[in-house]
Amino acid sequence: MKIFVCVKQVPDAKDVRLDPKTNTLAREGVESIMNPYDRHALEEAVRLKEAHGGTVTVLSMGPPQAEATLREAVSCGADEMVLASDRAFAGADTWATTYTLSMAIRKLGGADLILCGKQAIDGDTAQVGPGLAERMNMPCITYVRKVVAVADGAIRVERMMDDGYDLVEAELPALLTVVKEINEPRIPSLKGKMKAKKQQLVMLSAADIEADPDQLGLKGSPTQVVRVFAPEMRGERAMIEGTVDEQVAALAARLEAIL
Amino acid sequence: MDYFLSEEQQMIVDVARQITEERIIPQRAELDEKEEFPVDILKAIAQADLFGLYIPEEYGGFGGGSFDIVLALEEFGRGCVGIATAFAANALGAYPILISGSEELKQKYLPDIASGAKYAAFALTEANAGSDASGIQTTAVLDGDHWVLNGSKQWITNGGEANIYTVIAITDRAKGPRGATMFVVEDTDPGFSYGAKEKKLGIRASSTRELVFKDCRIPKDRVIGRVGTGFITVMRTLDLSRPGIASLGVGLGQAALDEAVRYAKQRVQFGKPIISFQAVQHMLADMAIQVEASRALVYATARNLDVNKSGVSKISSMCKVMATDMAMKVTTDAVQILAGYGYMREYPVEKMMRDAKILQIYEGTNQIQRNVIGQELNKEYINK
Ligand SMILES: Cc1cc2nc3c(=O)[nH]c(=O)nc-3n(C[C@H](O)[C@H](O)[C@H](O)COP(=O)(O)OP(=O)(O)OC[C@H]3O[C@@H](n4cnc5c(N)ncnc54)[C@H](O)[C@@H]3O)c2cc1C
Repeated sequence: MKIFVCVKQVPDAKDVRLDPKTNTLAREGVESIMNPYDRHALEEAVRLKEAHGGTVTVLSMGPPQAEATLREAVSCGADEMVLASDRAFAGADTWATTYTLSMAIRKLGGADLILCGKQAIDGDTAQVGPGLAERMNMPCITYVRKVVAVADGAIRVERMMDDGYDLVEAELPALLTVVKEINEPRIPSLKGKMKAKKQQLVMLSAADIEADPDQLGLKGSPTQVVRVFAPEMRGERAMIEGTVDEQVAALAARLEAIL
Repeated sequence: MDYFLSEEQQMIVDVARQITEERIIPQRAELDEKEEFPVDILKAIAQADLFGLYIPEEYGGFGGGSFDIVLALEEFGRGCVGIATAFAANALGAYPILISGSEELKQKYLPDIASGAKYAAFALTEANAGSDASGIQTTAVLDGDHWVLNGSKQWITNGGEANIYTVIAITDRAKGPRGATMFVVEDTDPGFSYGAKEKKLGIRASSTRELVFKDCRIPKDRVIGRVGTGFITVMRTLDLSRPGIASLGVGLGQAALDEAVRYAKQRVQFGKPIISFQAVQHMLADMAIQVEASRALVYATARNLDVNKSGVSKISSMCKVMATDMAMKVTTDAVQILAGYGYMREYPVEKMMRDAKILQIYEGTNQIQRNVIGQELNKEYINK
């Protein structure tokens, strides 16, 4: 089975700040980490490989610094690492990102299974997984909390829901986005770290993936960011006291007043 | 202090540190409280390839030596000496096979120990044989193609959890020090069972148990080395393992120092952080001096052991005494600096102080270490 895991290098959420002037994320002096959900996607991919054979390729679109995140992924069990990096990719929204990723995966011969984290903790859109599935013409299952079985060209998974789970089966090739509940990611092994140090990085440029320049980066991004701001806390807070019956009555009265 | 680690050594530290931060520290208080064996953490250590650090590559290990294992143990000791002991006891159990075992025994047991698929333990101590190992009473008698063991071993780390036990027994009492032999006993061998699990002051995540041999029959080829060489193997095993115990002391001392400094900077009394009081500063300074000096001696000793295979008893004992006496002192001082809060289980230093004590006792008490050092000095100066 040929598995791709899409990973993103993100600023460590522990110290995220907005630049008040530009309204973008202040990245200076902030440590970069692998998007935490992607660690779970990678772990699941490595486990599937260990159980069913195949290869795990980690793919990232990003600046050259993202190499560190890819090497970390290799130390945790990925076999190959690919960085799609080109000035032309800069400023991509999720639409342009999925285009670039899909062209890269096609260039590399396609995938039987693509795993993504459910969202990246910087943008928080949760759009890249489903968008990429659409571009690859694959079924997409989001919020996967467990892979139940892989057999006969199909994958069966549990999808986490608020009130339980859905049991879903899809034909392969397919794309899954995973939640943290799916597994506990392993700590890089010593042999993994040594492999990661020697591993050849595959770099792909816009020309390498034979992309249409109009669909890349800022140019290919229909999203317009008008304003980024921290929402103000609003609304009054009131404490209702008394016995349970009194509290229920008081709450009902308030609700009636609003309606 | 920069100890000029190689790239590989730095990787060992990084891997062990990540396990310590992400797995050991978050779980240590609960495992201590519940006296629970750290199964999942040992699995994570195995998955990270650290079980085989000191085992040669031809047996599935990493091919490292004393210094490599010392680096990993220091990190684990910083997190929890109980969990670190459960890990370290595997090396103690494996060393006799590594040092004196036949090629067949090595091939049979070392790969599983290196991968962490099986756990090992080392069994010397008995009810009437602690510091005086020559007092052991467990016997092994040859009966056709089997050895038959009778007796019991006391306070064996990883007892009941390990699958592979290296055990010393008397094979010919008349021969005195040449009358004991080491064997490999497997958990499934007939006639082998365990006593109750001990309740302890510290290192409560580790398991300490009695081993009972009642007509325990094991195949003849389970002898480690030649018959009669048991005590030699034991002494060489302990020479190799003591820097490991010392490094647990270094890690523990470092952890206690870290807690004490952090607390002293933030605790305000008489209108000032307590670190501004010279009495507190001097305690912290002494702690830092002792931790660093111990680390330097442990590293130097481990590097020595990786080159010199004999004549190492003295330095091995020296680093064990220094680093473990340091750990007891530094953890006690850390509790003193945190005072009332330090005494409470809510903070980690009371556990550190409880855990420190064992380091001065097991693998030879610090009195016995001083005996070894004294005897070696006596020998060295014979012609001087
Ligand atoms: C938690 C724990 C785990 C252990 N794990 C293992 C294990 O995995 N395998 C194993 O084989 N054993 C193990 N032991 C046993 C340990 O190694 C012994 O407890 C230790 O060697 C000391 O023996 P003892 O307790 O019988 O003390 P004793 O020998 O009775 O000593 C009592 C006191 O007398 C002092 N003393 C004794 N003789 C002399 C002397 N000649 N000169 C100066 N002072 C002396 C000692 O230093 C000590 O202070 C473990 C013990 C504990 C508590």
